[in-house]
Amino acid sequence: MHFKFTRKSLCIPYAVYLVLFVVAPLLVLIYYAFTNGSGQFTLANFTGFFTDPNALGTLFYSFAVAVVTTMVCLLLAYPIACILAFSRLKAKSAVVMLFVLPMWINFSLRITALKEILNVLEGNLAMYPFFNAVIGMTYDFLPFMILPIYTTVSRLDGALREAAMDLGANEVQTFLRVTLPLSVPGIMSGISMVFLPAMTNYVVLDMLYNSTYIMGSLIGSYFAAYNWNGGSMIALILLGIICLFTLLTDGGEEKTSRGGALL
Amino acid sequence: MSQTRLCEAKTSFVLIEKRMRTWDECPVNIAYEGSIMENTNIIELKHVTKSFSDGFTAVEDFNLEVRRGEFVTFLGPSGCGKTTTLRMIAGFELPTSGEILLNGKSITNLPPYERPINTVFQRYALFPHMNIYENIAFGLKQKKTPKDVIEHKVKKVLSLVDLEGFEERNVATLSGGQQQRIAIARALVNEPEILLLDEPLGALDLKMRKEMQIELKDMHDKLGITFIYVTHDQEEALTMSDKIVVMSEGHIQQIGTPEDIYNEPKNAFVADFIGESNIFSGIMTGKLKARFCGGEFVCVDDVAEGTHITAVVRPEDVELTKPEDGIIQGVVTSVIFKGIHYEIAVQSGRNEMMVQSVNAAKVGERVGMRLDPENIHIMIAEDHTNTFPVDINRDYRLEYNGKLLHASLTKLIKGGKRLEDGTLVDGNGEAIDLNRTRVLASIQPGDIEMTDNQEEGLIQGNISNLIYQGDHYLYVIHTELEQDFVVYDEDLWNMEDRVGLIMPVEKMTFSLKK
Repeated sequence: MHFKFTRKSLCIPYAVYLVLFVVAPLLVLIYYAFTNGSGQFTLANFTGFFTDPNALGTLFYSFAVAVVTTMVCLLLAYPIACILAFSRLKAKSAVVMLFVLPMWINFSLRITALKEILNVLEGNLAMYPFFNAVIGMTYDFLPFMILPIYTTVSRLDGALREAAMDLGANEVQTFLRVTLPLSVPGIMSGISMVFLPAMTNYVVLDMLYNSTYIMGSLIGSYFAAYNWNGGSMIALILLGIICLFTLLTDGGEEKTSRGGALL
Repeated sequence: MSQTRLCEAKTSFVLIEKRMRTWDECPVNIAYEGSIMENTNIIELKHVTKSFSDGFTAVEDFNLEVRRGEFVTFLGPSGCGKTTTLRMIAGFELPTSGEILLNGKSITNLPPYERPINTVFQRYALFPHMNIYENIAFGLKQKKTPKDVIEHKVKKVLSLVDLEGFEERNVATLSGGQQQRIAIARALVNEPEILLLDEPLGALDLKMRKEMQIELKDMHDKLGITFIYVTHDQEEALTMSDKIVVMSEGHIQQIGTPEDIYNEPKNAFVADFIGESNIFSGIMTGKLKARFCGGEFVCVDDVAEGTHITAVVRPEDVELTKPEDGIIQGVVTSVIFKGIHYEIAVQSGRNEMMVQSVNAAKVGERVGMRLDPENIHIMIAEDHTNTFPVDINRDYRLEYNGKLLHASLTKLIKGGKRLEDGTLVDGNGEAIDLNRTRVLASIQPGDIEMTDNQEEGLIQGNISNLIYQGDHYLYVIHTELEQDFVVYDEDLWNMEDRVGLIMPVEKMTFSLKK
């Protein structure tokens, strides 16, 4: 066989990787999701999830954790990003770096440190599971919210705010009518960076000895109990939800985006 | 010059006619209604100074009065403070000191949204998340104007800028020229007392710019609103303005009508900045007689004999003659065809004269040059300081008249140093280009000593003028290098005496010109 090296050939390593570690497992996942223990096709896993009050409860609970975490991140990040973007600091990028710095420290070390701090403050971590889950996730995901918003806001033409003021809008009105709507792409990008991991990242909670049960933990426990079929179905449902969510935010972004956001 | 301008005037006339028709079809009455107060100052700036936190003073002691309905242009090179001044009027910057009065009341510290002034921004600054209607309606909505009134006004102002039916369009789908019109419409719809325009045509191509110039001037005439316009384009300023404020380095250089500024520049900066001009330093050698560019010319400005002067000659005012008929002679070094005229450079001794002529000349041809007395504009140089160019030799040392001056060029350049290979670099590490760098030396008339021993002097010359000034004599020494020196001396010398001039290097100050 004659092999001719072209630019397309450079894709081969990635294609192999993709097929081996992404496409194949996904197919296996789908196979397990729609079969039972003896390998026969069934929808029982699907109906089982939606009839199991515990599973549904976990879904809604995860959703609640993710929504609250995202809100908290947004409320913390937006003012910081705006203050940074509008400041006349010369070492602006260095300050931005300070907010990103925690990401460079090993994840398990950070969470362990957080656990110790919470231990001291609360005495018993088991007392406030939901609160601790939000604290832990916010701590982990905050930089992912700050960066895209900062990038979007700092790219806004300062003349736009001046134009609004020139046309009679005071500082608050200028913010509401110009700065905020124009930073929506950054906010959307930040939300999708925080919301999706917050639904599933149960490692944070595990490390905090948190009893809170989210979607990630649920899938983990199914697999730990060798119920691969049930676990796969939950993973597949989650995938569907995430796809839906991404489509929704993308649609929103298209309308408002000009300039877009980093990450 | 008149030919170019005439052509432009014709084009503009045709365009104005065309536009007038459009306007008559949809009458606009955005005009300011308080015309009873005509001929009063709408805005006054008093001793306005703006310094930034890094210590840079952008505008210093700026004083200006603008009459209602005037078209005023701030003209100057970038960094001259014109935009900062405009931003202080708009309210985006607060003056460090001084006062800004609108109709006699201070607005110095009012925020932009409380001033009846609107701005057209350099890069339009249209809101990308709003359509054209929403953009234009922004200011009116802010004022809680009823919806039907807003709709009516937006429609009217859109017809004013010739973009009827654009309400639903997206900002991004508009061309630069259209965006500019929308920006103007968005400002005008608020019926401001003053419209500020910050280099509004800078981003447009030449043809579009010319059209917009005429349209803007037109709108100004039609609406009667006071326009304050910022530009670095002198032609734009001359074409559109009632009054031009020429600025440089934070200071007003001259305020006047376009004609004043062009014909009677107050100083060398204005002369240089406005239009093409030949600028020579020279000296008054008698009543209505000035010597510059190697010749003695009759002029109409009565300046005292012995005064250092700057003479400005517009290229279109130089008359080329046969060599023997000219006051000065020279050799043509370049001829460029410019469409309506030829731009001819003539080297006369050490001076170069730019000439605009409808007749071509040949490179290498020897010509004479004549000037009408009224076409020579004489400005008095600041004082009697003798300023003269010195040479830089291959070894980066300063020379004058072929004699070495014991002064270091390296010290003249901020942060300058010599590299190992001998090249001189400035503080930014950039090599100094000797061909483009000029060094000027200055020395006071009292610091020069005349001597009979001619070889002792840095340069030799003949005494061409002698004026008694109470306790000393003022002498003008004419040298072979066509440089006149003014020297104060207590002793009496004779006219036409040949003397050497002793000029101590330590009494000289040097400045670098790139």
